[in-house]
Amino acid sequence: MKAVFATAGAEFRIALRNRWVVIAVLLMVVFSLVLAAAGAAPTGDVGVDRLSVIVASLTSLAIYLVPLLALLIGFDAVAGEVERGTLPLLLTYPLSRLQILMGKFLAHLVILSLAVVLGYGAAGLAAILTDARAGAGIPALVRLGWSSILLGATFLGAAYALSALSRRPSGAAGLAIGLWLLFVVLYDLGLLAMVVADGGGVLTTHVLPVALLANPADAFRLFNLAASGAVGAASGMGAAAASIELWKSATSVLIWPVITLALAWAALRRVTP
Amino acid sequence: MNETLTISWLTKRFGTVEALSQVSLSVGAGQRVALLGHNGAGKSTMMKIILGLIPPTEGEIVVCGAAPGSAAARAQVAYLPENAAFHPALTGEEQIRYFLSLRGESPSQARDLLARVGLHDAAARRIGTYSKGMRQRVGLAQALIGRPRLLVLDEPTSGLDPVSRRDFYALLDGFAAEGSSVLLSSHALTEVEARTDRIVILSQGRLMTQGTLPELRHEAALPVQFLVTPAEGQGAALAGALPGGATGTDGILRLHSTQEDKLALLARIAGLGEAVADLDVIPPSLEDIYSHFSRRDGQ
Repeated sequence: MKAVFATAGAEFRIALRNRWVVIAVLLMVVFSLVLAAAGAAPTGDVGVDRLSVIVASLTSLAIYLVPLLALLIGFDAVAGEVERGTLPLLLTYPLSRLQILMGKFLAHLVILSLAVVLGYGAAGLAAILTDARAGAGIPALVRLGWSSILLGATFLGAAYALSALSRRPSGAAGLAIGLWLLFVVLYDLGLLAMVVADGGGVLTTHVLPVALLANPADAFRLFNLAASGAVGAASGMGAAAASIELWKSATSVLIWPVITLALAWAALRRVTP
Repeated sequence: MNETLTISWLTKRFGTVEALSQVSLSVGAGQRVALLGHNGAGKSTMMKIILGLIPPTEGEIVVCGAAPGSAAARAQVAYLPENAAFHPALTGEEQIRYFLSLRGESPSQARDLLARVGLHDAAARRIGTYSKGMRQRVGLAQALIGRPRLLVLDEPTSGLDPVSRRDFYALLDGFAAEGSSVLLSSHALTEVEARTDRIVILSQGRLMTQGTLPELRHEAALPVQFLVTPAEGQGAALAGALPGGATGTDGILRLHSTQEDKLALLARIAGLGEAVADLDVIPPSLEDIYSHFSRRDGQ
């Protein structure tokens, strides 16, 4: 464990120097506060507290921003070491490749968590200061917080796997952006096209729920919106999404980080310096 | 078994290219062995196999009684890569503190280690601002962590000025005296400055020869050159007395002799007495010996 913490310490210091910590925290805080301000408008009409509305908006933000941040922080992890020529020396030290991976992961996860906690915290604070009933939304905000960190962990693992596979930082960056587009943007467009073409048939009732759970970003959205009882209103996914039980989306959110980290480990084991 | 490193019939192929073929080598405790060869001779490949970074195609390697790259071997082996590189955002001290923690040593030794390689004043600066020689010293400092039983140093003196090079060999002497073994590579015999116990010459993946510098000198049996300066007006007489020589435009008579005939020729020249103004005996240079062995193959 000592080797993992030592690696995490060095990685965190590097991220601090490269300003990734500041960039991640600033992005999350600024976007969260903007949403907190913009999300104030519909409160009176819907009749729920202000924070619950903000959580729904933050969920949509997190789907785009958290995977992007994770990929940006993680894509250099292996390819950067290979390009700088620092990997062979590190691999002669008495620590396993899994320990190297875990050390980097720990440091990067701390950075993401810092950004998420401070960003959501700022939005939560803004809501509580302006709406006395906002306390009712705190459980949803906390749930959004830890599931966002898990979503980040999933994409960190994916970034490491791509980094180990491409072995060049430029290639890894390209693959990372491609992965983000695929899972966060194009996937949903594809599903939307499928639902429209299908017109409420078998694809919509049986394939769509599985397809949504298979994508970590969609599972994250389902989990948070279903848990706060706002699926229909905020997601536009309709009845099909609402029919997915909470435990299923929760399982997907919990399992994805393990899957991508296992893939990253497998890819790193194949790297010959 | 007293050997720190044993390599038996090591062969490494990359596709159809044979980078190393049938190399056998051993390094005993406290020995300093220099691995010599041109670029592409297989030195770095051999080192990476010893470190367990790449697997051998054939052959057996035992490092400190364990398999290369195993946890037991890695705990006892230190490595200095050719062109040592580190993350430019970390300071020298932070980098060494990290490596110390990985070896289970106290990070507080970092300053002392950097001072030993002459980097005390630069310890708090980022490695990104270091020169090549300074990075090489950081590499050396990390290789000194925790009394390794075997030091594997890939061209450790490249990028070091002559004074630093001498300091470097003094450090190695200290290590060897404590029982650590050293395997270092170089592309020139002059670089190792005869500060090693044994020299191994690799050429195109084959082990050409190994031994101490005097042994290599003897085995190469290269001719010794004699430069005889004649006394005033004795040039022609000298050339007549020493057939086989050639007189240059500077009037100096040049003679070549085998190692066995060296003393006899010396006696003959000494016997000429007043006719000789000066005499220089030039043994084959280190470069000559190295070229002799590294080019024997395929020429």
